[in-house]
Amino acid sequence: MAITADHIRDKLIKELAAVHVDVEDTSPNRCAASYKVLVVSSQFEGKPLLQRHRMVNTCLVEELKEIHAFEQKTLTPEQWDKQKSQ
Amino acid sequence: MMKLGASASSSASLSPSSSFPSSLLAELLSSSFLFLDSTLAFFAISFFCLSLSRFLLRFAVLSSAARLFCSTLSRYSAKCLWTGAAVRLPRQPDGRVLTASSARFLCAAAGPAKDLGEMVKKDKVVVFMKGTPAQPLCGFSNAVVQILRMHGVDDYAAYNVLDDSELREGVKAFSNWPTIPQVYFSGEFVGGCDILLQMHQNGDLVDELKKLGISSALLKAENESK
Repeated sequence: MAITADHIRDKLIKELAAVHVDVEDTSPNRCAASYKVLVVSSQFEGKPLLQRHRMVNTCLVEELKEIHAFEQKTLTPEQWDKQKSQ
Repeated sequence: MMKLGASASSSASLSPSSSFPSSLLAELLSSSFLFLDSTLAFFAISFFCLSLSRFLLRFAVLSSAARLFCSTLSRYSAKCLWTGAAVRLPRQPDGRVLTASSARFLCAAAGPAKDLGEMVKKDKVVVFMKGTPAQPLCGFSNAVVQILRMHGVDDYAAYNVLDDSELREGVKAFSNWPTIPQVYFSGEFVGGCDILLQMHQNGDLVDELKKLGISSALLKAENESK
């Protein structure tokens, strides 16, 4: 199965009950398949940063075997709203 | 390949009147060395040829053709020994020479997970990255180096995963983290570039460094400006 931005977005929405997901394919800037994601989910509430990132990593464990570079930002809905208003 | 090139160029510099068979034999000898895996056998044969040809040259009774053969052979053997030493024996960065077998033994003796456990505890700040702090070879690894530098953290252990593919895969399994760079504080996994950057931006990094007993340069600068 080819990894596409849509595939990643769908998986994140499904498994993390994300209210907002941004997936950016940054491969043109790098040497191989690279993605930058923003995930907003209430499941991140009360969890430290590392744990949030590990949740995303677990969700995308199969895809990450193929992806070369991966950037992620994980926010709760409140943090997301605050960031939007800035 | 290097040895063959060396002998090829030297044969080109020989005078046209040099005997064809002797240079051909020497070429065959040196090319056969390429297939010899054993460093010891290579040196033994080179040395044997060298001493044999030198020995024979001492005898004035030899015909001129034979003398030419022996001198060509000794020249090639000497060249093989010389270039062979440069090419065949792997050198450590500080110039020490390890034979292939001892280097392999050293690698096999180290167990990856056990080593990593010790590596991350040996120093307060440990970074697994691509490249070195002086020369990062990846944008994310560079970001980590720059952030640490901004906080005045210069004394940390940095391991270049590009030097060692076993380390590269081993650290990903050990941390259960798919990407490089990876940062450890006091043996505890902190995260990658994204996490370090967010910690730097929201002030958590200064606090974490304080817990390690490291006073961040940014904290000092902030106190001075107050």
